[in-house]
Amino acid sequence: MSTATLDAPASTNGKKLENLETVVIRFCGDSGDGMQSVGTQMTNASAIFGNDVRTFPDFPAEIRAPAGSLFGVSGYQLCFSNHDIFTPGDAVDTLVAMNPAALKTNIEDLKRGGTLIVNEEEFNKSGLQKALYEANPLDNETLMAKFRVHKVPMTRLNRAAVEGLGLSLKGADMCRNFFALGLVYWLYDRDAKPTEEFIRSKFAKKPDVVEANLRSLRAGMNYGFSTESFTVHYHVPPARLPTGKYRKITGNEAVAMGLATMAKLSGKTVVFSGYPITPASDILHDLSMFKHFGVKTFQAEDEIAAMSSCVGAAFAGELAVTASSGPGICLKGEAMGLGMMTELPMVIIDVQRGGPSTGLPTKTEQSDLLLAMYGRNGESPLPIVAASGPGDCFSMIQEAFRIATEFMCPVIFLSDGYIANGAEPWRIPNVEDLPRLKIEHLAAPNGENGEYLAYKRNEKLARPWVKPGTKGLEHRIGGLEKKDVTGNIDYSPKNHQHMTNTRAQKVANIANFIPEQTVDGPATGKVLVISWGGTYGAVRTAVLQSQAAGKSVAHTHLKYMNPFPRNLEAILKSYEKVLVPELNCGQLRLLLRNQFLVDAKGYNKVEGKPFLVNELVNVINEFHG
Amino acid sequence: MSVDLPTLPTPILQSKDFASDQEVRWCPRCGDYSILAQMKKVLPTLGIPKEKFCFVSGIGCSSRFPYYVNTYGLHGIHGRAPAIATGVKLANPELQVWVITGDGDALSIGGNHFLHAIRRNIDMKVILFNNQIYGLTKGQYSPTSPVGQKSKSTPYGSIDHPLTPLSVAIGAEATFVARSVDVDIKHLTMVLERAAHHKGTAFVEVYQDCNVFNPGAFSYATEKETRSDSIVYLEHGKPLIFGKNREKGIRVAEGNRVEIVQLGGDIKEDDLLFHDERTPEPSLAFLLSRMRQPEFPEPMGIFRAVERSTYDESVTKQVEAARAKHGEGDVEKLLNSGDTWFVN
Ligand SMILES: Cc1ncc(C[n+]2csc(CCOP(=O)(O)OP(=O)(O)O)c2C)c(N)n1
Ligand code: SF4
Ligand SMILES: [Mg+2]
Repeated sequence: MSTATLDAPASTNGKKLENLETVVIRFCGDSGDGMQSVGTQMTNASAIFGNDVRTFPDFPAEIRAPAGSLFGVSGYQLCFSNHDIFTPGDAVDTLVAMNPAALKTNIEDLKRGGTLIVNEEEFNKSGLQKALYEANPLDNETLMAKFRVHKVPMTRLNRAAVEGLGLSLKGADMCRNFFALGLVYWLYDRDAKPTEEFIRSKFAKKPDVVEANLRSLRAGMNYGFSTESFTVHYHVPPARLPTGKYRKITGNEAVAMGLATMAKLSGKTVVFSGYPITPASDILHDLSMFKHFGVKTFQAEDEIAAMSSCVGAAFAGELAVTASSGPGICLKGEAMGLGMMTELPMVIIDVQRGGPSTGLPTKTEQSDLLLAMYGRNGESPLPIVAASGPGDCFSMIQEAFRIATEFMCPVIFLSDGYIANGAEPWRIPNVEDLPRLKIEHLAAPNGENGEYLAYKRNEKLARPWVKPGTKGLEHRIGGLEKKDVTGNIDYSPKNHQHMTNTRAQKVANIANFIPEQTVDGPATGKVLVISWGGTYGAVRTAVLQSQAAGKSVAHTHLKYMNPFPRNLEAILKSYEKVLVPELNCGQLRLLLRNQFLVDAKGYNKVEGKPFLVNELVNVINEFHG
Repeated sequence: MSVDLPTLPTPILQSKDFASDQEVRWCPRCGDYSILAQMKKVLPTLGIPKEKFCFVSGIGCSSRFPYYVNTYGLHGIHGRAPAIATGVKLANPELQVWVITGDGDALSIGGNHFLHAIRRNIDMKVILFNNQIYGLTKGQYSPTSPVGQKSKSTPYGSIDHPLTPLSVAIGAEATFVARSVDVDIKHLTMVLERAAHHKGTAFVEVYQDCNVFNPGAFSYATEKETRSDSIVYLEHGKPLIFGKNREKGIRVAEGNRVEIVQLGGDIKEDDLLFHDERTPEPSLAFLLSRMRQPEFPEPMGIFRAVERSTYDESVTKQVEAARAKHGEGDVEKLLNSGDTWFVN
């Protein structure tokens, strides 16, 4: 992906500085090696510099897997560019491998001719054994000939750099990741200031640790500058993104910030109930710091309690929300049904991960769409929205609440592990431009005889929302079938049919109150590619490339999964063929075929990894014929 | 000492004000009727307007209760009432929240929520209608059914060791624990009233007769002939005395156990166990909860009533503390937090 351009700025120390458009870097090492931390630093430095950035943190499910083992490898990939990008990149330009296990599990993704930086001292007998290498791969000439290899004695150089600070060897080695980062900073001409500030504030209470990390970082930069091994370094100029003020954001951060913003701007309390689960827990962590925005967080005893307490909080008249992942969403099913039956507003966040069962806790997948659609007993359709990327979570979580409160029903918000942990630059919106929820609680009886009619509906078929404590509106509701208008228990055949139809109609009507679906590319043509959720970036990039190659391809990305936008059928029927790439076995495709009788084809993958752009380009081009 | 009584802004309410317009559908002579009647007696005495009550229940015959009280009410799903009520109380701490549950609802499917609500000491009153049977599903044994109980699902007798609801609640360090019987109208009223006034989770077990599937399960505690020998009333600061002629007492014996003693002769009232509902240590209350028929008379009344900060109160305090520390949340500042940069 890295393409050299002319016009490189002046060189230093006799070393050339070449301009590149886009670079993909991956740091990998042991889970204790601090790879997520340096990856994040490089992301920040690149974003602050003005590049467009996308990231893909990939960590093991085990917290402390045995050191040096293959399954304990933690990786952080980032892509930064001088133009807008939508994915963290396919093939890696520079791979930093801190030990043999990291090399073994990641080398396949390094481009031919790419840069390989290894901590050669870890390629000793025990390190090689733990990675199940029979011979040292660094001695494998055919393998190494494929790359520009830099064997760096990082441990020794780094220990020397921090000498005299009184750190133990272990303490000194803890800074090695910053040595590696420093080297990469030199290689990619990055300004280290933001990282230096980070080190100073993060370890503010431990001056020796600050000093050690700063020294490691500088030692790494100096190493690149002074050794002969590196003859060239690279510069990626800033991207021309839309003007404005930016920050970096992950999907989970955006959800939490969106909820805190909503609480404040609507003057309502957000009651968040959750039970910890990867990759959703960060939403609970972040929100628990936002109490001063009017957010109450409750770590429940399990997901059943989390969901049940949401129903209680919604009944009590506040904005209830819960977040979980597949296994937890399964547990919430029955209480979601209660929320549906009592027609109360609340939002259920599903940060999807690889399933079934405990599955792949730290890996991404889009396989809960049908669970969201149908995972409850009885006829119980619920609106579903799906965010397309980290920043989009901020507005879509608020959109979910708009729908929930306008239509009085639970709404499911789908995210996934890739969106939740991935970061991107986010243009900070103006507070004045943000939406405000318009919520009116009924204040006086709505019946002709001064009685309260709990299921008397408005033109959107929504029933009134009453805040307990309001005089004269005392009423009882529950999960038993109710009589329309009064809300009294009623099991009669005609009424159940009527209520079932009404609940479904209410959800279907939402299609009239959401934006129409848009298409990138020609309005008619040969191939339409439909994506949803976290695959937006990869699919969009791939379609752009196919279009550039002259193919008649258009792309549409769904954020409203139930009901679908009202013009979707017309769009589907404007192309000869429809392709639905998904990180599941064909769940959206099933829904599309079912609703529109369209012969959509799928491209499906469940490897716990996002799509690569290249694979999609190939699939699309082949499908196009 | 004279006390200034607060003037209540709300009109004085009466029992009938709490009757809803719904037809009560329990079986004739079901114990639930009496509990409903006593509840409707107690509610108007609390000085709380009707609209500030919220009744939450699970599923079971007992859990139909909220439909029959003219307050706010939420009929939930099986076992989850404490969790639902937690949400209600978190969102709206001003409501007085009552949870109505059954022995299956609270201790079988909902055991987890029951424990956690209690340990958090959420300000709610939990009334468990213990009929030692699954009523609504027509007569299977429950987690409180005694070993040997014949039911639809245990034609040869139950082989499960039962739970004692009070022991469970005390084990979870409940701050208020009490027991009463459906037909003991005065006592039940007193217990409900005390529960209503408790701040924190108030747990009340009511022996309730399911006259269809488990009739007479508690006859020892309700029938004139047996009652005085098989129950003992707890009164704070008073010795535990029972028997037709108040001739028997409960004494603490060596080895942290209790024994029945005959009064008169050597043994004086002063030698008996004096009830203290306010000891912070739950061991005494636990010991009392272990007194079961037929070995011991079963205690009735308030086992334990201690003070501890409530969960909902602490939540509110943390919110206030966060506001005091960081000021009122500022969206502008929030969105602009962290590293930012300009693209021009
Ligand atoms: C999830 C679920 N499982 C099972 C049931 C069926 N069910 C309803 S009530 C009940 C038992 C009720 O017994 P208890 O809680 O003792 O209440 P009672 O009817 O005796 O008052 C059962 C098993 C249900 N409603 N929901
Ligand atoms: S089945 Fe038993 S508990 Fe249920 S209403 Fe009838 S008597 Fe009461
Ligand atoms: Mg029962």
